[in-house]
Amino acid sequence: MTTWLDAILVLLILTNFRLLGSSRLSACIHTVAVQAVLLGAVSLLAQGGGLTLRVVLLVVGGTVAKAVVLPWLLRRAAREANVRTEVEPLVGFTTSLLLGLGLLGLALHVATRLPLPHDGGPEFLLPVALFTMLVGLMVIVSRNKAVMQALGYLAMENGIYAFGMAFAVEEPLLVEMGVLLDVFVAVFVMGITIHHISREFDHIDTDQLSTLKD
Amino acid sequence: MIWALLLIPGLAGLLAFVVRPNGPRRCLMVLAALAHTTLVATAWRVAPQPALDGWMAVDAPALLFLTITSVLFLAAMLYAVGYLGTEQHAGSHHEENEEDLPFVNFSEAVFAGCLLVFLATMTLVAVSRHLGLMWVAVEATTLASAPLVYFHRHRRSLEATWKYLMICSVGIALALLGNFFLAVAARTFQGSPVRLTIDELVAHAGGLDPRWLKAAFLFFLVGYGTKMGLAPLHTWLPDAHSEAPSLVSALLSGALLNCAFLTILRGHSLLSAAGLGSFSGELLVLFGLVSMAVAALFIISQADFKRMLAYSSVEHMGILALGMGIGGVAAVGSVLHTVNHSLTKAVLFFAAGNILALYRTKSTRQVRGVLRVLPLTGLLWVAGFLAIAGSPPFGPFVSELTILKGVIDADRPVIAAVYLLLLAVVFVGMASIVVRIAYGPASGMASPDGHALPPARREPLWSVGPPLLLGAAVLMLGVYVPPVLATLVDHAAAVLGGH
Repeated sequence: MTTWLDAILVLLILTNFRLLGSSRLSACIHTVAVQAVLLGAVSLLAQGGGLTLRVVLLVVGGTVAKAVVLPWLLRRAAREANVRTEVEPLVGFTTSLLLGLGLLGLALHVATRLPLPHDGGPEFLLPVALFTMLVGLMVIVSRNKAVMQALGYLAMENGIYAFGMAFAVEEPLLVEMGVLLDVFVAVFVMGITIHHISREFDHIDTDQLSTLKD
Repeated sequence: MIWALLLIPGLAGLLAFVVRPNGPRRCLMVLAALAHTTLVATAWRVAPQPALDGWMAVDAPALLFLTITSVLFLAAMLYAVGYLGTEQHAGSHHEENEEDLPFVNFSEAVFAGCLLVFLATMTLVAVSRHLGLMWVAVEATTLASAPLVYFHRHRRSLEATWKYLMICSVGIALALLGNFFLAVAARTFQGSPVRLTIDELVAHAGGLDPRWLKAAFLFFLVGYGTKMGLAPLHTWLPDAHSEAPSLVSALLSGALLNCAFLTILRGHSLLSAAGLGSFSGELLVLFGLVSMAVAALFIISQADFKRMLAYSSVEHMGILALGMGIGGVAAVGSVLHTVNHSLTKAVLFFAAGNILALYRTKSTRQVRGVLRVLPLTGLLWVAGFLAIAGSPPFGPFVSELTILKGVIDADRPVIAAVYLLLLAVVFVGMASIVVRIAYGPASGMASPDGHALPPARREPLWSVGPPLLLGAAVLMLGVYVPPVLATLVDHAAAVLGGH
């Protein structure tokens, strides 16, 4: 069981690097969807003994929402805005990959400082979750296209949710559904806003949204 | 009763989306606001029962923040009825003076519906005892208020909406990680598992792992601090609060920032109960001072008067954080200051809305002579500035002085000196802008018919009535704090500050 889990966690790290290094929007959307599926698998495997129907339903529902519905929303927004690639991001793609390595090291370091409960999930999950979160943050900060920023937000939520599913299992059903609903509506509203931006500005370069400043 | 507090605005909001004619919808808005305020008023007399197995309850801080939110919302709804009427009559196209931006307004049904749902989500933040539920409510407030910022559909408000949505969602996601850290801390506790409600966490605070507690508070502060507008996480605030319609800005500045403050304070009360109060307190003081400094820097020679008001909100959030961080008497002053600041900021934003409606520009370099053209609004503008800058006999003077006393009592003279210096800088910065706008011969108006309208028509009752009432309350609070409010403030400060 642990070998499967570790393999999936390594795959997760690789998806993060793909997100950092890819300039095609469709590839990035696809990567985030794959991340959601992998995370669903991790949550199911990391449960250990307590695999109830409720947990399975929740994980499957969440995975479907994040791997199918939300990527479809963002793909539609990107298509309407006629955007295919991220051109000239703030941080170049090679530099992003190198910075990603640094972030992985940082996540591993921080994970050693936080002692985990013994009956929790696998030890390796904490640095991977932190890494996914940091990569999401970096994508939000360094990319120009609004769709990429929404994707970064999804990746960040993926990382945080991964951590939550593995270690904070006591969260009641209502809260988990609430969190899922919130993320869903957030990306939905972001999609609508991107649609408005592309109609109003004829581009979705958030870099150029800079009229409001001091 | 808690369910009624949530369901009345929530259902009214959903209803407002589908009601077609404007008249009944505006009645619905006012009625829902009145019902909400009446319920909150009865909650002062009869404490409501906890609901949902202790997940939702009204304690002293919740009651105080609920009252502020409800009163502000009622005032905003009364203002909104007239405001929406004029927006409708002005036709489907508006021109703003600065960039000649023609724009269309968002559907009024969506505006009204989102406003009411916004009230429901803010109520939920105040009454949540379970931290997970509180998180869901805070993110819901962001999602409910984003369409409100985008009511005037033009480039600048769209940019503001995107920034608001992105930055606040990212911040709140970080707060979710803080929630999970707390859950881990609760799991390391020997014995029966601890629920993530504040009551249970505080009861078991001694047994929770301090490292996870500190990490959790750090994420809470950065995450919910983004929502509260603490520098350097405040970058969305000036844009969103200046581009939104004025009544929305009043609600955002006066009610929403307070709710975000409440969430941070829940974390602070937990850490205080665990004996780590000095850790969280010092962080709050640091962020508070940085916010005040950043606000002071950007208020000087600000070109847009609504942005100036937004930076003033950043400054006052800094003052609130500083007061709670110091603790003791300063914490009491901080809680009283939430009331004073909310009321005063609402008055200022309503006045700014009236000025914008007539002059059609937000430029501080062009607008002149407001006291001549709009006498009552001008009065509110100048008096509101004096109040928010902390001058007697208004309410904020009392609360800011109390915070100062608390800082000196805690033997932190350097902080007291920096606090006074920054308050003075903000006073001077705002004064030069406010006075130039208010006095002098009238000029800067876009439409020539501004002069032609008789004074009574320029300032209809709906546009000056609510702010005058709120202003009277601010004046009263500067001279006399009703004992019933004073006890509630004391009680809330004790609960939140942990002292």
